[in-house]
Amino acid sequence: MKLKELESCLQQVDTFEEPKILLEQYPTSPHIAARMLYTIHNTFGDIDGKLVADLGCGCGVLSLGASMLDAGLSVGFDIDSDALDIFRRNADEFEISNLDMIQCDLCCLNAEVYARKFDTVIMNPPFGTKHNQGIDMTFLRAGLTMAETAVYSLHKTSTREHIQKKAKDWGVKMEVVAELRYDLPASYKFHKKKSVSPPNTLE
Amino acid sequence: MKLLTHNMLTSHVKGVTKGYPLLIKATEVKVNQLDFNPQFVSRMIPKLEWGALVQAAGDLGYRQDLPGELVVDYEQNEEFLKKVHRVLLEVEVMEGSLKCPESGREFPITKGIPNMLLNEDEA
Repeated sequence: MKLKELESCLQQVDTFEEPKILLEQYPTSPHIAARMLYTIHNTFGDIDGKLVADLGCGCGVLSLGASMLDAGLSVGFDIDSDALDIFRRNADEFEISNLDMIQCDLCCLNAEVYARKFDTVIMNPPFGTKHNQGIDMTFLRAGLTMAETAVYSLHKTSTREHIQKKAKDWGVKMEVVAELRYDLPASYKFHKKKSVSPPNTLE
Repeated sequence: MKLLTHNMLTSHVKGVTKGYPLLIKATEVKVNQLDFNPQFVSRMIPKLEWGALVQAAGDLGYRQDLPGELVVDYEQNEEFLKKVHRVLLEVEVMEGSLKCPESGREFPITKGIPNMLLNEDEA
């Protein structure tokens, strides 16, 4: 599937009817979603035939896109019934079957039970209002636990340094894959490989 | 809810130490055709709790002749992989519930989506 085709399909996806501000609900634009997924698929090979998790899936733009790019299975996680209802409707309309959904609270999730079960985690997480107590970091941490290979996530450019520091603390390699303009967030890829050896060595 | 997903779900009700596997009580089950990808199925097998999968498939009436223990060299066994594909990815619980084996708490499944949200007093 070509990028233009993917973007065109994603433009047909129904989005939030009454977005809940407190959950920071907004749809990932087809423009961003298509480019993000296409890069993950084409450059990194992390979608085709993979088990993909979409954290905070909302109406499912990213999951649907991953399924269209032949993910083995895309699993969307979200807290909101209304969003998942719309997601289910979208899946039925597109007749996509390599898709599943779980309603849960990612802030209360014991991500350990999903540790390394997914090949790839993709997300456009809620951003939260404070860097150091950010819900975006909670989502990121969950994603890193759940992924075997990589986490692809969208974040505000203003939080980049903070995320870089966190990535270092967590021992994961972080790469900025793309920058999107017009008030849109930067997208990151987090490798699962540990990049730094322990700072203290036994003599 | 596909059985691949079910295989990962646990109950986190406060105080529960082993909320796995969740017992499926299904009122509506569908089988949706999905393209067979042998490599994908083969790679998913090591991630599974095989016993829980067989149990779940049996409870839904779709176990057929899936073995109680994993066969050796399953990676090359296309017939076996096809059976696993069907059970993991094509059988879907649309309506019903998942019961925590320890607390008895039931998590509803509606339109194929399991609701794992806990109430305040359970979290």
